[in-house]
Amino acid sequence: MKTRNRLRHLVASLTVSAVALSGSVLMAPMSKAANVELTMYSWRVEDKAFYESVIKDFSAANPGIKITFQSFPSADYQTILMSAMAAGKGPDIVHVRAYGALDQLVVPGYLSPLAANEVKGLNKYPVDALNSQRGFSDKRLFGVPFAYQSLGIFYNLEYMRKAGIQLPPNTYPEFIEQLKKIKAAGLQGLANGGSTHIEQMWGTIAPMFYGGTEFYNDVVAGKKTFTDPAFIKSLEAVQELFPYMPSNATAVSYDASRALFFSGKAAFFMGGIFELGYFRNQNPKLKFDFMATPPMSKGGKQFVSTWADGGFGINAKTKARPEALKFLNYLASKSFGAPFVQTVAQITAVPGVPIRDRQLQKAVSSINKWGTPYIMLVGFRYKNPTGSALLQTGIPNMLNGTKTAKQVADEVNKGVGTWFGPFAGKI
Amino acid sequence: MATRNVTRYQRPWIIAFITPAMILTVIFTLVPAFTLLSYSLYGWESFKRGDFVGFTNFERLSNFPFRGDFGGAFRNNVIVFVTLFLVQTSVGMILALAIYRLRRGKKLFQAIVFLPVILSLVIVAFMWKLFLDPLFGPISSLALQFNLPWLNQPWLGQPGLALFTLIFIGLWRWVGFPAIVFLAGMNSINEEYIEAARIDGASEMQIFRKIIFPLLAPSFTIVAILTFIGAFEWFELPYVIGGVTGQPGGSTTTMALLFYRLAFGTVDSATVDVGLSSAIGVILFIFVGIGAALGSYYLRKREIQQ
Repeated sequence: MKTRNRLRHLVASLTVSAVALSGSVLMAPMSKAANVELTMYSWRVEDKAFYESVIKDFSAANPGIKITFQSFPSADYQTILMSAMAAGKGPDIVHVRAYGALDQLVVPGYLSPLAANEVKGLNKYPVDALNSQRGFSDKRLFGVPFAYQSLGIFYNLEYMRKAGIQLPPNTYPEFIEQLKKIKAAGLQGLANGGSTHIEQMWGTIAPMFYGGTEFYNDVVAGKKTFTDPAFIKSLEAVQELFPYMPSNATAVSYDASRALFFSGKAAFFMGGIFELGYFRNQNPKLKFDFMATPPMSKGGKQFVSTWADGGFGINAKTKARPEALKFLNYLASKSFGAPFVQTVAQITAVPGVPIRDRQLQKAVSSINKWGTPYIMLVGFRYKNPTGSALLQTGIPNMLNGTKTAKQVADEVNKGVGTWFGPFAGKI
Repeated sequence: MATRNVTRYQRPWIIAFITPAMILTVIFTLVPAFTLLSYSLYGWESFKRGDFVGFTNFERLSNFPFRGDFGGAFRNNVIVFVTLFLVQTSVGMILALAIYRLRRGKKLFQAIVFLPVILSLVIVAFMWKLFLDPLFGPISSLALQFNLPWLNQPWLGQPGLALFTLIFIGLWRWVGFPAIVFLAGMNSINEEYIEAARIDGASEMQIFRKIIFPLLAPSFTIVAILTFIGAFEWFELPYVIGGVTGQPGGSTTTMALLFYRLAFGTVDSATVDVGLSSAIGVILFIFVGIGAALGSYYLRKREIQQ
């Protein structure tokens, strides 16, 4: 009896253990998957709803992974991100900038390098886009590119008609003529101010004057410097536009410039295609279009400053790299690229995504035909003083009359020359 | 003997009360200060510490291309201090005297004068940025409406003007503080001195010059030292209005702004340079510390006991 009881007890114990064991074996991966919670940081405050919807779709397909999206104002993003990373409390998935700003994260080892085979379709991305996600010295890949940007001219034809102008300019001299005509009619030609973001306005027209990619390649190779007459001419071209900017332009902020344009009170706004969605949201009734900077003469060479805007990377300290990688694969797929174009009205870096938006199509077409690296962003934002910082202080001083274009060019050359190897012995 | 006994009795209590404050000072002041000093002695790439470089980062500040930025930022801090000190002290004194002389409504005017001080500086900066916007701001609309060309200026866009516009905004926001400090000083003056002077036939100006002003020395010390520290650590106002590059054309860059720009970098203008920014931090710390200590010592010597 005793033996039978013992046997019964043993069988019961074994059964319970077996059930528990099988249960734990079966439950282990499920509970682990259900517990994966990731965070993502981004500077795209205005696209928060979009990214949350993307995450929702991703989580529906991957029920074990929960992602919290946190966005921070663009101007403070790099500071917040760097501080968080330095404290070892950064997000698992990082919306990273490109070029020099990316390098600041690469050098201290905050980002996990990506192997080409880890993200499906990465080999189909253009080389320039992938290069934007590599470090200055460390040439491994650290992010999946997310968007392309280009600079051009937004125009409001309805407003221009008030000055008797029926069509956008075909050449740059015609553009200047139209500005003169608009000013003579007592209207506002350019919405751009001369304060912050003046570099962007310069970048819209500059390649036409310094000769686009050929000059870029020569400067990067050290064959030419920023004291080249063509570069000085590009600065003088901004000075030439000064009379057509708003009154007291040097005090007009970037936000005020954008507001002037989207409120239908100016003919042109020189800026990035990334403003397309912003303008549409701010004033859905505004009828405007986008064009590449026109050539110096009819049928002449055109250049459009272009860059890859940033990417999606993985924190080197994340404890959930496989899950983060899974999300990066999603962000590199058409499931992300198509709604990105549709909702955010920007040019996705995901290859093969059809773009139906007419204005975006124009931007893509101009990038493909006339794209040239946005010189200071792509090539000279790796060390202090950056080419951008020197221009951002130099151009307003030129507009204020305290410096000449040549002096600004000299300062850019000397400043960049302190850290840019190919300029050694040439400044 | 009695004093010694009291001291012996009080010592553990003094230690007990001072220790928490000392611990906090060590954690939040001394450790960061020495960390900053150590950072300034190394080479850095982004947030990655490199080799020991001694005083190289300090040398870099005195050479091109940072000499211009650093020198300009220091000069701006000096201008801010001198202007703020002169104008703020005199306007604060006048306001305090006016309120002191009031027979009715003292509390109301005290509150009005002090009101801007309690507003967040960031909010004040945004508010004035909107006021002075040449396209949408009320000041330029007013200037155009009433044909006042002198008022229609690029207040925040002209290098010669922008810094003084910022100083004006700073004054508007902070002048209530010295006014209240001076008023408190005036209220603490024994009325008998003033009454006696009046009986002796002294004019109001003589009473101010010979009695009120000398007895305000402790208040003056507080205002002078706080203005000195505030002026050399000026950050929020230029940051919100002129951005990290100190627009227009770097003319509103201060040492604290330059420190911030180089310490954290920006997306479109600067990269992280921990060594250089730490060197600025060390110089700022030493300069403000020594300046405040010397100023305090000198001004306190001139104070008169009632």
